[in-house]
Amino acid sequence: MAAMSTNSSTPLDHIRNFSIVAHIDHGKSTLADRLIQSTGGLADREMSEQVLDNMEIERERGITIKAQTVRLHYKANDGETYVLNLIDTPGHVDFAYEVSRSLSACEGSLLVVDASQGVEAQTLANVYQAIDNNHELVTVLNKIDLPAAEPERIKDQIEEVIGIDASEAVLISAKTGLGIPDVLEAIVHKLPPPKSEGGEKAPLKALLVDSWYDTYLGVMVLVRIIEGRLSKGQTVRMMGTDAKYTVERVGVLTPKMVAMDSLGPGEIGFITASIKEVADTRVGDTITEDKRPTAKALPGFKPAQPVVFCGLFPVDAADFEDLRSAMGKLRLNDASFSFEMESSAALGFGFRCGFLGLLHLEIIQERLEREFDLDLIATAPSVVYKLFMTDGSERELHNPADMPDVVKISEIHEPWIRATILTPDDYLGGILKLCQDRRGIQIELTYVGTRAMITYDLPLNEVVFDFYDRLKSISKGYASFDYQITDHKEGNLVKMSILVNGEPVDALSMMVHRMAAEKRGREMCEKLKELIPKHMFKIPIQAAIGGNVIARETISALRKDVTAKCYGGDATRKRKLLEKQKAGKKRMRQFGKVEIPQEAFIAALKMGDE
Amino acid sequence: MTAVTPFAPRQPIADDPLDPGFGVYVHWPFCAAKCPYCDFNSHVRHQPVDQDRFVAAFLKEMETMRRLTGPRTVTSVFMGGGTPSLMRPSTVSAILSGIAGQWHMPDGIEITMEANPSSVEAERFRGYRAAGVNRVSLGVQALNDRDLKFLGRLHDVEDALKAIRLAREIFPRMSFDLIYARPNQTVAEWDAELKQAVSYAVDHLSLYQLTIEEGTPFYGLHKAGKLIVPDGEQSAVLYEATQEITAREGMPAYEVSNHARPGAESRHNLTYWRYGDYVGIGPGAHGRLSTGGAKIATATERHPETWLSRVEENGHGMVDQEVLELSEQADELLLMGLRLTEGVDLARWQALSGHDPDPAREQFLIDHGFLERLGNSRLRCTPAGMLILDAVVADLAC
Repeated sequence: MAAMSTNSSTPLDHIRNFSIVAHIDHGKSTLADRLIQSTGGLADREMSEQVLDNMEIERERGITIKAQTVRLHYKANDGETYVLNLIDTPGHVDFAYEVSRSLSACEGSLLVVDASQGVEAQTLANVYQAIDNNHELVTVLNKIDLPAAEPERIKDQIEEVIGIDASEAVLISAKTGLGIPDVLEAIVHKLPPPKSEGGEKAPLKALLVDSWYDTYLGVMVLVRIIEGRLSKGQTVRMMGTDAKYTVERVGVLTPKMVAMDSLGPGEIGFITASIKEVADTRVGDTITEDKRPTAKALPGFKPAQPVVFCGLFPVDAADFEDLRSAMGKLRLNDASFSFEMESSAALGFGFRCGFLGLLHLEIIQERLEREFDLDLIATAPSVVYKLFMTDGSERELHNPADMPDVVKISEIHEPWIRATILTPDDYLGGILKLCQDRRGIQIELTYVGTRAMITYDLPLNEVVFDFYDRLKSISKGYASFDYQITDHKEGNLVKMSILVNGEPVDALSMMVHRMAAEKRGREMCEKLKELIPKHMFKIPIQAAIGGNVIARETISALRKDVTAKCYGGDATRKRKLLEKQKAGKKRMRQFGKVEIPQEAFIAALKMGDE
Repeated sequence: MTAVTPFAPRQPIADDPLDPGFGVYVHWPFCAAKCPYCDFNSHVRHQPVDQDRFVAAFLKEMETMRRLTGPRTVTSVFMGGGTPSLMRPSTVSAILSGIAGQWHMPDGIEITMEANPSSVEAERFRGYRAAGVNRVSLGVQALNDRDLKFLGRLHDVEDALKAIRLAREIFPRMSFDLIYARPNQTVAEWDAELKQAVSYAVDHLSLYQLTIEEGTPFYGLHKAGKLIVPDGEQSAVLYEATQEITAREGMPAYEVSNHARPGAESRHNLTYWRYGDYVGIGPGAHGRLSTGGAKIATATERHPETWLSRVEENGHGMVDQEVLELSEQADELLLMGLRLTEGVDLARWQALSGHDPDPAREQFLIDHGFLERLGNSRLRCTPAGMLILDAVVADLAC
């Protein structure tokens, strides 16, 4: 850690806390880098592209998963030096709660919009969240150096779609550095300084914005001081979890770590306090002083709730322990991801895992495969259903395999979302059909020029199953999509089982809407017919709801499998073929008399990707 | 399960299946022309082949093999190719004397030579007989000119019939090959052709299906969609028809694609399928030899001239000598042995694999009518099982 730089806090009116709201690829991270560079946070040689996106996956996908923060010192045109705290928020809906906490730590946002592409679904969702958090907005049009840039048209679009004044939008190119000084001036003069009712003398009240695991320092907690002062050596209490810790280090990120003695009102910084696991800290919690606590915790705290579940199994059963330890390591840094052991007749031992959403699922799976070199099979994602039982009790269902006897259930409720889709109007027809097919209810349809904005209420269950892929393919990649979970509603849902040669295959069972069951069942049976090799006997493949078969295919028996050619003394070639066959059989999963290749599971579970 | 007539409860073929014998195979790697379906080790040379030099090399390689096998009694000799009938009778005579010089070679053992029905080659038949050949195997392949042309053969039906007549006259035993499952071949056509074939045959027929092998001209045509061969169902129907007809005509199958009147089976081929020892001499020949308590697999260099210079330098052309694990021998015994209607001896397989067949798997295969026990000691495929032999073997071998 660098040497102590300051002991006295910055006066409130010289602090600006802000975040950046943008759609993926509209240049949020590049702009952040440029701001750090031009205020001297890092020397040019220390700049690597997208400084704030630390993880390999974040950089590759151009998305932010964990909130990051940086404290900039900016000498403005008025001669004063300001402290600018930038909190870079996760841009994805899966992390909506994290986003809302990060936003609540700031007073303003830069709304970054690509000057040729305009407003996208994610821009909207995030900007509304910023407005909900009473943010002042500075509109920034990026990529104005590109020939396709149409700043005037996009300004009109912003005013029309979002309903904010965009006439004073700052025109920049984050890539070339054009307009960056104007952005910094706008931050100072258009965004408000933080307010602090009780000021420095009040009992400590700080917001836990985020936390992460650092290899050297352990769990680090990002905090925003609302009132009072947070100092080294202080004993603090997390009001949500009621845990006590002694603060060991206090500091800020420039983005390098710089130690401080304390943080005062309006400031954003980090602390370490011998906290064992990231899971012990809850985003949104209120930190106060143990011996002089604040009277009231900050509103809005809620623990992270997984909304999508799936089973993750090692392709090679011998990797089970490695998978367990890899998951443990990932959880160190991501408390929103949960896992517990699960065993499946089809796939052996694995884990039932909970995620904040589909992107979260994909990221965790990819990290396990990439960073820990594991081959995984993921079962079809399932949402959390609420089961209301006939005996009056209520329970949650995370795994279709755990579905109780239907006669004991009085109602099944499923989560619904409100989805916002923006698309060039050419693809509108296809997208409306997709939403209707997925049991959607249209809420709104408006046009802005040649772009349509559609709002739909949809069951999440229909969205976790290849909705996003279909949307991308219908719109050739042009439609953007965002959603938030609204509520649970009763649904006409059934558990569909797949039987191979009369044996149910647990890993393939799923919850579906009764109306969609037959189609899904037929698709699954057809796919499996292609994927399971012929055996010496006929194999029926059935999709069933309870005892009712709703779709059926039959794999005919092997007709001829002998080489009627001249075989002389070359037994070696035949033996090598047999050895290959035997090795292939080892990779099969046995269901009664039927051997199903593992690839068949993977492909069947991916159904709908094409 | 299928329309195929059950295998007759026949006695073990020929002599004792538990004494698989000791065969000598000699490979003549040259052909006058390469057939478009053939992936055997055969080469076309536009210069005359120095047969004396090859003979000297064959004899030299036999010496090396003799050191590996120790003294043995030969039960059969087979000269294959390529086209062995391109050899001069004197070459054949020298090869047979060479074998007799290394191992004990009783009178009257089966000595087979492959021959093409072209007129030039047929003229040499008397010479081969004089050299000691007592069984000839003719590559007839088809009994209509259109298909012979399609298969790239240099003879026509008239040549074939002449050669068959001549062979029957000259050699005590005779067999010929046909290739079926040709493009667009119907069961009716094959039925007629096969009945005709049976009437020409003495006591043995090899009936192979046309298979598309990588590296052949047919492979390229097939891949490009210009050559369509009967698919699984049609080839199964043709296979079943073949079994029906030959059984009815008194020449039932004794192996997947070999048919004989009882007692007239090829002794040499039985040695392969009963997993006996055999020496492979010449370019690209394979052998299985018991030596020093181990069973070794040998394979020689395929390219004729390279093989020649290797033998001249080292005394042999072997490029591979692999000691086979017991489990590998068990696999080979099973996959060769189940091709025979006599099946495999369970005690022998048990001794190699170290265990009995998995009882559940065996019972499953028996219940489905693919496998049967012959008494307590032998296991064999039923006709239905023979049709899916590769799957049956893979199931049992696990």
